[in-house]
Amino acid sequence: MPTENGWHTGPVRVLVAMSGGVDSSVAAALLVEQGHDVVGATLKLWGGPSDSGCCSVADVDDARRVAQQLGIDHHVFNLTEDFDRHVVTPYIEAHAQGRTPNPCIECNRSIKFERLLERADRLGFERLATGHHARVTGDGAFRLRRGADAEKDQSYVLSMLGQEELGRVVFPVGQMTKSDVRAHAVRLGLRTAAKPDSQDVCFIGSVEGRQGFLADKLQFHPAAVTDSRGETVGSVDAVELVTVGQRRGMGHGNDGARRYVIAVDVPARRVTVGSAAEALTSSVTLSDTSLTWVDRPLGHGERAVAQVSAHGRPAPCAVACNESGLVVLFDVPQRPVAPGQTVALYDVVDPDAVVGAGIAA
Amino acid sequence: MSACATTYLDHAATTPLRSEVADAMAEARSIPLGNPTGSHRPAQRARRLLEESRDEVAAALGRAPGDIIFTSGGTESANLAVLGTLGAAVAGGAAAVSVVSSSVEHPAVRESCRAAVQLHGVNWCELAVDHDGVVDLDALADLIDDSTTLIAVMLANNETGVVQPLEAVIETVRARSATARIFTDAVQAATFMDLASWTAEADLVALSAHKVGGPVGMGVLAVGPTTPLAPQHHGGGQERERRSGTQDVAGAVGLAAALRLSVSERRQAARRVAALRDRLAAGLLASVAGTHRTVAAGVAILPGHLHVCFEGIEREELLLALSERGICASGGSSCASGALEPSYVLAAMGVPDALVRGAIRFTLGHDTTEADVERALATIPGVIAALRHAH
Repeated sequence: MPTENGWHTGPVRVLVAMSGGVDSSVAAALLVEQGHDVVGATLKLWGGPSDSGCCSVADVDDARRVAQQLGIDHHVFNLTEDFDRHVVTPYIEAHAQGRTPNPCIECNRSIKFERLLERADRLGFERLATGHHARVTGDGAFRLRRGADAEKDQSYVLSMLGQEELGRVVFPVGQMTKSDVRAHAVRLGLRTAAKPDSQDVCFIGSVEGRQGFLADKLQFHPAAVTDSRGETVGSVDAVELVTVGQRRGMGHGNDGARRYVIAVDVPARRVTVGSAAEALTSSVTLSDTSLTWVDRPLGHGERAVAQVSAHGRPAPCAVACNESGLVVLFDVPQRPVAPGQTVALYDVVDPDAVVGAGIAA
Repeated sequence: MSACATTYLDHAATTPLRSEVADAMAEARSIPLGNPTGSHRPAQRARRLLEESRDEVAAALGRAPGDIIFTSGGTESANLAVLGTLGAAVAGGAAAVSVVSSSVEHPAVRESCRAAVQLHGVNWCELAVDHDGVVDLDALADLIDDSTTLIAVMLANNETGVVQPLEAVIETVRARSATARIFTDAVQAATFMDLASWTAEADLVALSAHKVGGPVGMGVLAVGPTTPLAPQHHGGGQERERRSGTQDVAGAVGLAAALRLSVSERRQAARRVAALRDRLAAGLLASVAGTHRTVAAGVAILPGHLHVCFEGIEREELLLALSERGICASGGSSCASGALEPSYVLAAMGVPDALVRGAIRFTLGHDTTEADVERALATIPGVIAALRHAH
């Protein structure tokens, strides 16, 4: 194994967060094979219905069975209250404001790498491991890097981590490709070996979808759809469900070209659309309070590479500081970044390494 | 997983099978047991063992043998009691059917009531408890009317060990209704309380073998012939048409053996276990600041129960840390995933949320020793200090 964040020195006590998926199963297995003192924990985060049954019983069962096969203790932590407060409620509130939040990032920020890390600390675990595809390197000054499998890289959803967290986490499968992970699980006979990857937000069922989930928690309002000249070209039933950059349901312009959402104004009940060219944006501002840095902040005029979604294409950029936050200036105009979306910034000379992150204002 | 000595303080969850019980069950199985409904000799032997067990269980409960229905456990007994009586009332054409249950009943009772609402359209009211978890008799009187078919009040609570004033409950009910039936879940109480006297006036009584040192998968519902009961399992009608399914003869033998031991040891065991429990309580209160006994002194509780709330502690963390040091306790009820759920029992008692977070149940039993208590007292204060320190 290549050296990670200074923890290859000997067996340590590790808490591994086991979701019931193949990545965290293999993460736990690797730690056991390396001789660490490993305890598994599955988080019960959502109390409502989900695709794997009430409170994800099936996933918890899978994680528990894998832990049994590995011969380690397994516990279930009920963090539904924290999840509600820090992830679900803000998700609903953001939609009410016409913003597009990333609940997985908020869960990593507030639950896994805050609440769970604190718990691990109190319980005397030196390290917290997860099944994320990402790597941490360096001694002293840690770097967060993309996972070895570019397709499965999850550095984007971890981009809010700082030195304190990076010094205490372990991502055992970050060095591996997904097919190697699955092969390892098959070799060990783990029941999660062929389990499909989770794709969607864990608390939203695939049948009800985002609209179904929000329907009884949020009042939807109809809105006028106008073009960039202010002319009304249509309407939507629920302005709260419209996302900047969205194409679906926005129809075509007079020229027959597709229209994209350029802006969503919930209080004014207005959605502004435009052509692909009109939708392109050359900058996005990350709010001051949302900025996090892996090690040191980027200064005015410094260059970076921005990624605006989990598997989005990296976009070279420069940054500028102003009174409201950090402005990311793309070298080449990009599709618009929805307010609430996280922008991860990578090192321009070492493009696998995360520099920091912020949320589009 | 490091191996270390185990201090088992979770008898209310399940009690280790007593060796005398295991022996009795092994002996029953030492030659092939037939199906007790058959006619050949192995079947007749099985039937004899079953009926001997029934006689013993009936004697321990102060009932006629014909009142004893063997079931698969406390949960089935509760389902049969609740859905069986309410279902029979509905089937009998009662104009209105309602059930009253205390707000601290075991989920087997609560969920059966909820199911009765859905299946039979009955009315369901919950009876409030005071801050010690004791049912409010005045409120009970107000809840009873002509439609009241069933009142479910447990003999002792599984989480807190609080003993309900069952006699007064029954008096209150009888003074207001000649037809309402009283069901008491005596699952938790059976080890230490004389059920023959405590439950004498109740119409239905539920028991579970594994809470008294018997095997898991064996239970009893005691119900007299004058209480209408609609069966919930349909088939061969083996238990006098009130429950179908081949009887678990070895399980019945085990239950009878466990009850026999409990009855013969009851007085002495209750005193001994209560003294150990009091020692554990006094030790924790003296050595861990911010420890609260959930139930006030002076309230009647089971001898083996100690329910405490530790300030500034998350029970999930404490249970994990204790488990790693070989000390087994419990944090209340879990959902299907195994996650601890907020306790509705403590909520009904009005225990503040901040304390509920650190609520732990220790339950002592027949095999608990002084050394167990000393080991717990030598371990818990340090664990709590470490958890608090790291905050």
